[in-house]
Amino acid sequence: MLTITVLAIAVVAAAGFWLGYGPMRRMELLQEPGARTERLHSRPVYHGLFIAAWVGIPSLLLVVLWLMMQGSVLDWLLLNSLPADELARLSDDQKQVLLNEIRTLAQGNQLPGEPAAYVLEAAERLNRWRITAGWAMFVSALSLALAGMALARRRISRFFRARQAVERVMDGIMLACAGVAVFTTVGIIISLLFEALRFFAKVPVTEFLFGLRWEPQIAMRADQVAGSGAFGMIPVFTGTLLISAIALAISVPIGLLSAIYLVEYSSSRFRAFVKPLLEFLAGIPTVVYGFFAVLTVAPALKAFGEAIGLPVAPNSALAAGSVMGIMLIPFISSLSDDALAAVPMALREGSIGLGATKAETIRRVLVPAALPGIMAGVLLAASRAIGETMIVVMAAGIIATLTLNPFEAVTTVTVQIVSLLIGDTAFDNPKTLAAFALGLVLFLVTLGLNVLSMHIVKKYREQYD
Amino acid sequence: MSTEPNATGMKPLEAAEAEEAMREVLAGEGVADAASELAPGVPEPETLAEGQMEGDPAVAEPACNQDCKIITRHVNVFYGDKQAIFDVSLDIPDRAVMALIGPSGCGKSTFLRCLNRMNDIIDICRVEGDIRLEGVDIYSGEIDPVLLRARVGMVFQKPNPFPKSIYENVAYGPRIHGLAKDRTELDEIVETSLRKAALWDEVKDRLHAPGTGLSGGQQQRLCIARAIATRPEVILMDEPASALDPIATARIEELIDELKQNYCIVIVTHSMQQAARVSDRTAFFHLGRLVEEGPTEQVFTNPREKRTQDYITGRFG
Repeated sequence: MLTITVLAIAVVAAAGFWLGYGPMRRMELLQEPGARTERLHSRPVYHGLFIAAWVGIPSLLLVVLWLMMQGSVLDWLLLNSLPADELARLSDDQKQVLLNEIRTLAQGNQLPGEPAAYVLEAAERLNRWRITAGWAMFVSALSLALAGMALARRRISRFFRARQAVERVMDGIMLACAGVAVFTTVGIIISLLFEALRFFAKVPVTEFLFGLRWEPQIAMRADQVAGSGAFGMIPVFTGTLLISAIALAISVPIGLLSAIYLVEYSSSRFRAFVKPLLEFLAGIPTVVYGFFAVLTVAPALKAFGEAIGLPVAPNSALAAGSVMGIMLIPFISSLSDDALAAVPMALREGSIGLGATKAETIRRVLVPAALPGIMAGVLLAASRAIGETMIVVMAAGIIATLTLNPFEAVTTVTVQIVSLLIGDTAFDNPKTLAAFALGLVLFLVTLGLNVLSMHIVKKYREQYD
Repeated sequence: MSTEPNATGMKPLEAAEAEEAMREVLAGEGVADAASELAPGVPEPETLAEGQMEGDPAVAEPACNQDCKIITRHVNVFYGDKQAIFDVSLDIPDRAVMALIGPSGCGKSTFLRCLNRMNDIIDICRVEGDIRLEGVDIYSGEIDPVLLRARVGMVFQKPNPFPKSIYENVAYGPRIHGLAKDRTELDEIVETSLRKAALWDEVKDRLHAPGTGLSGGQQQRLCIARAIATRPEVILMDEPASALDPIATARIEELIDELKQNYCIVIVTHSMQQAARVSDRTAFFHLGRLVEEGPTEQVFTNPREKRTQDYITGRFG
């Protein structure tokens, strides 16, 4: 039914386009080529688009709203149609289960066991209602489309400013697209916030923020409402910071030096060849980096550690961090490259003209001048490192150890979120809710880093324009 | 005397200031500040003659016999396949101002940049011919371009202070060349350079404020101070006042007039009035060739070449 409705709207919209375009096109062909007066205000195509917009947009909006509302309206009707004495025995959760059963039956699937007669009846009723609702949607959408067409057609005339009207429609569409991103972000924040608040109702905030033990599994097994001291995020967060610090310690020097080489030293042919290659690193899926970390880097580090008599854990922070560092090189080098290239030639000439060598110029003038841009790149890379999931899920540990030793296994915030949410878990125990609290902290930290880097980039742009 | 009140193009206000400064010097007062650095006491007779732009035909002698700082012979410059300079031979006198004039694209900036090998940083640029600084070929292996640029300083068209403090901007050259043994010496060099660039009084209270925060004219004087701080012998100026307003321009010209007592100055300018005001000798370039060179007075009042006259009277350019 949905397909038919959308197709019908499309057909009416196309018809509406010709209804606007056809007459206006004939009118346009009739007018004198040189006439200044009595001309069409807008080209015929705008008149056509105007009607098509009036046909398509309201009716498609109606369809979207209808689909959003239909489910809950039908549920409500269904519940009201069930025998009242049966309903009285059920809790709210059980009512939801019952509705789910009815929906499953309505789709023609079998349920385990023999459903009660009133349930079967309700399933049939639901199917009938769905068909009715589908037709109702079709009819109302189509009539709205036709009404739109009639209304718009009446406004069309030689003097009508269809050009501007279409422009306003385009403005609206672009605004709506921009709105999608904003509303999604707001929605994510709100859902994170609410789940986190539910967690903080069970575990005190201070314990979460400052606790030194992270043992969410114990809380589950002992069926405690709040495991005492088991939800302290410090060790988890330390792990994230340790791995991120290792990653940045590797990526910042390599990225920065390669950017300097590419901007200041390399020939343009070499640059044209190497720069896309470096940026290609950014396109490698992180799961591939994960393989690399687990299968190549971690065993090599362990063997190396054994050779020099150093105990290295098989999933050491160093392995995960160094592979993450390689992943971050293109971020740093690309942004530093842009920042260095944006330093005006006049500054290079000024320094060289004073008798500085190239290296002195780079170290004393170019890098300081480009520092805001470089810092912005580093901060962006840092927020990537903190939020990175796949590499650490594959290569880092799962036990939260409070340590700064890079040869030991540590866990990270993202690893914990993944492991807390994996498997069948109810969404009301602190173990699961802890994932949202961790997610909220992670979100706030990366948001802060992004805002900081945007601020720096903005300041830096003002400097040279 | 450099601050000659009747020098062409000087605003009445500046003329008055200059006069006052001169009186102070002559009276032996106020030597503690800028005046002591800028005005060398009682002017030498020949300096006085050189400083005068107009009216004294005695100046209009071929200045360049043996006292030439830079001698260039048959210089050709190519950008890739395109030749930008054709067979230019020009002698540049010491302790005087040589102006290079000509329409846009005539090669005067390119020629200027040959004199301290700034063209080296352009990959496709190739320089042929003989350029001698005090008799030594600067394109030979004998001369290190980095050290050459410390001897032949440069001031650019657009003020380009580094994004550092005023102090650090001036201290840049002395630091990289190791000209100061300790902090006190460095402070001295910075102060002297800023005084010579007539900027000290304006910035002495905010030496550690960023150099980019100064006005355009101040920035350009900061760049001149920065060039002076490396103790150059020659200062090349590539349209140093073209991005400045008339008042800042007048100050730069005044400064050039004073600096020429200690330095050999080569200035590229688009403004013929400026060339007439500040220079002792003028070279006119056209389409990559040196058309005419001579004492400024003679080039402007009685040019030998028809093209020079056409350019100066504004018939093309």
